[in-house]
Amino acid sequence: MKIVNKAIAKRDGVKLVTGAPVYTDDLAPSESLIIKILRSKHHFAKIIDIDTSKAESLEGVECVLTYKDVPNKPITRAGQTYPEPSPQDWKILDEYVRFKGDEVAVIAASSEKIANKAMKLIKVDYEVLEPVLDYKTAVHEKALVHPEEDSFTHYEIGFEPEKNIAAKYYVEVGDYKKGFEESDVVLSREYNTQATHPGMMEPLTTYTYLDHFGRLVIVSATQIPFHVRRLVANSLDMPISNVRVIKPRIGGGFGCKQTAASEFFPALVTMKTGKPAKVFYTREEVFLSSTRRHPFNIKISVGATKDGVLKAFNVEALSDTGAYGEHAATVMEACAEKIMAFYKTDGYRFDGKAMYTNRVASGAFRGYGKTQGGFAVESILNELANEIGMDPTLLRSKNIIHQGDHLNLGTYHKYEDDITRQDSCELEYCLTRGKELIDWDKNYPSIKVSETKVRGVGMALSTQGSGVLNIDSGGATIKLNCDGFFTLLISATDMGTGCDTILSQMAAEILEVPLEQVNVYSADTDVTPYDDGSYASSSTYVTGTAVKKASEKVLSVLKEEVAILTETDTSDINYNEGVFSYNDKTMTLSELGFKLNNKQISVTESHICSKEAPPYKAGYALVDVDLETGKIDVVDFVGVIDCGTVINTNLATVQAQGGMLQGIGMTLFEDITHASNGDEMNKNFMTYKMPSRKDASTIRVEFADSYEPTGPFGAKSIGEIVINTAAPAIANAIFNATGIQFRELPITPEKVYKALKDKR
Amino acid sequence: MLIEMTINNEVKKVRISNSDYLSETLRDNGYKSVKRGCDKSTCGACTVLVNDKPVLSCTFLSSRAEGQRITTLEGERDQALILGQYIIDEGGDQCGYCTPSLALTTIAMKRELKNPTEEEIIHYINGNLCRCSGYISQLKGIKKYMGVE
Repeated sequence: MKIVNKAIAKRDGVKLVTGAPVYTDDLAPSESLIIKILRSKHHFAKIIDIDTSKAESLEGVECVLTYKDVPNKPITRAGQTYPEPSPQDWKILDEYVRFKGDEVAVIAASSEKIANKAMKLIKVDYEVLEPVLDYKTAVHEKALVHPEEDSFTHYEIGFEPEKNIAAKYYVEVGDYKKGFEESDVVLSREYNTQATHPGMMEPLTTYTYLDHFGRLVIVSATQIPFHVRRLVANSLDMPISNVRVIKPRIGGGFGCKQTAASEFFPALVTMKTGKPAKVFYTREEVFLSSTRRHPFNIKISVGATKDGVLKAFNVEALSDTGAYGEHAATVMEACAEKIMAFYKTDGYRFDGKAMYTNRVASGAFRGYGKTQGGFAVESILNELANEIGMDPTLLRSKNIIHQGDHLNLGTYHKYEDDITRQDSCELEYCLTRGKELIDWDKNYPSIKVSETKVRGVGMALSTQGSGVLNIDSGGATIKLNCDGFFTLLISATDMGTGCDTILSQMAAEILEVPLEQVNVYSADTDVTPYDDGSYASSSTYVTGTAVKKASEKVLSVLKEEVAILTETDTSDINYNEGVFSYNDKTMTLSELGFKLNNKQISVTESHICSKEAPPYKAGYALVDVDLETGKIDVVDFVGVIDCGTVINTNLATVQAQGGMLQGIGMTLFEDITHASNGDEMNKNFMTYKMPSRKDASTIRVEFADSYEPTGPFGAKSIGEIVINTAAPAIANAIFNATGIQFRELPITPEKVYKALKDKR
Repeated sequence: MLIEMTINNEVKKVRISNSDYLSETLRDNGYKSVKRGCDKSTCGACTVLVNDKPVLSCTFLSSRAEGQRITTLEGERDQALILGQYIIDEGGDQCGYCTPSLALTTIAMKRELKNPTEEEIIHYINGNLCRCSGYISQLKGIKKYMGVE
């Protein structure tokens, strides 16, 4: 391969590093109305009356819109394939406000200052309602987060708003009861993971205008252009055909931009006024009114023989979906489906409920349930290893699946054997190689570094998806242009992940042309082919397959065109690096491009995810615990990843390093905490601690030599799996250093200090 | 009010109000390399140079820029290309939103610090938050640009 599996520079790199205006807010027309949003100051309330007259009479104010001005139509904001599995429980503006930060009124003005001034002139009479603030007790609360009668689901997801349940997921696989009966050891533990914020550097931002046909154009920092088109049209009760969504360069997403949010308000204003409008969320708005990771409470039991053969798991999980149920059902399902799937057991049971509370809505965030569930499963396995006196790496080695084995999916779907058979699974290699890299045998369980510091080593395994089976779909269009260059149109949404680069690498490899000869463009719902968007680790594996198919097809179409033009048999046409040859003659792509000026060659191919081809990872942490202060330093973190063929070695490595540091942040300090009145304490980067450059320890990434036959060039996914394993591996390392097992995240120095003190 | 400042070596008359911050004034005048990330001096994305020193422009009142020399990344294109290539070669340019400010801070650092240690480099650029890269690749590229091992 000449272009794939190489460290190719990111194609937009030069423009990005020189500060070119490529992001949504850089491109917004200067005459846009500026939108500010009045947000609820109560956890839960019903709006009795809103007086906007004073605000509207302020000079420079274009309009102030409330729930009285919008369609009374519930939708979901979740970016998911239609029909969405999330409850339809949200309205653009509603008479109920369900969390502190929920939208009350939309102000459009000629400047931000005027809009802010107008906001203070709006008078709202609220009937303050008793809020539900604790997801663990929400099912017993009299207060209901969704008392309204018009919320609904497209199909059965266990939606029971009368019990504050947004969704349920229950599954039994195999004979878990028999597994427990045959176990010598049964261990039961409870783990808690916290709300963490994606923290992408570009806040949510959108601008809108009407084009010369009067259609609504939405330009937005979104991972999901096609879903935004549908969701906004539905929310405004207008035909989907009247909406066009354009995604410029995105400044990070991590799932936060997989839920529509900022798009609705400028769209509403533009439809009401006919004028361009723009919203740019403040960082506080991003924290308090965009989605974050679902907190999870997981009670788990594991059964095993005394020599470490796993027999059964039993999991009871609760998640906090907050005020709205975006991704509530599917995050729970994702947790159930794969966290135990690479272990051989007799069976398992998973009983999960996603609870409504009057908190900021949870949503998609890298890892999507597997990060939370993985903390519990991998932690209890480490505890089990300790219980039976076995090295945790040996416990894994005894129980993991290998190439040719089947995934033990925690799902009630019945799949054909060839869908769950693992044609690429180098988990054992990842386990072994990571162990070497971290020098496990020397460091396990711990070594004394100084009088006050102990160094512990810990580990965990993980998997993720490569797109969602039978649901995630991607598309690619390839056009030949004059002079023989190609245009690759995609709607995968590069948010820093590099998919513009890697997808064009794939096309260039097949078309046998230099990368510069394949221009790539994403995304515009009027122009680029349908794609769910970039989420669920799908862009390389799913959209990549569409790109591969389209590239191969366009090449065969071009051969046919050469045959027609030269009156030769197609079978006599050969192609090599931009040159067609036939009967001792040649025609270059450039020549063909000009000859086909009267016939546009354009091929579109789609691909739907039709195989479970997950990536695998072993994560190893070496941490120093300060026994006096409780401070934890991650001195080395190793990730060995089987993501199939690595399409771009540089980009994959850096994406992995970034994800692993994000995982370390989640493990050690990222948290959303609450004051006694329920208010969130972490609304900016001063109080929400994300890893800085000084927190970046040694993070080492290696890739297993692996080839997934169903993936493009043998590739699987990498985007999400990289965040997994940090929490259980670090908790394990701390246990090995101190004998204290932390079962709640984050593991802050305060908690470690207190536990050390209690232990003494 | 109308104030005068030098932006990227050009003397400019800029209309501001007394509560405007420099980040918005610069963006409104077309200097889009200055990004808005937090509005609270906590992420570094709005970094500009005021008389060659990195300053967080989201909390720097525009009126304070009167008569000062302001540099944005648009005014450091040559250095940005050299430094940028080192970062790109390491794969350290991910979403790119924090990169212009990181580049500008690093360019200022190169002029200010001679032969800095790795610790001094990290300290100098620590105010620039990046959520994508994990920092390691960026540091490798920056050390090459700084000419230090």
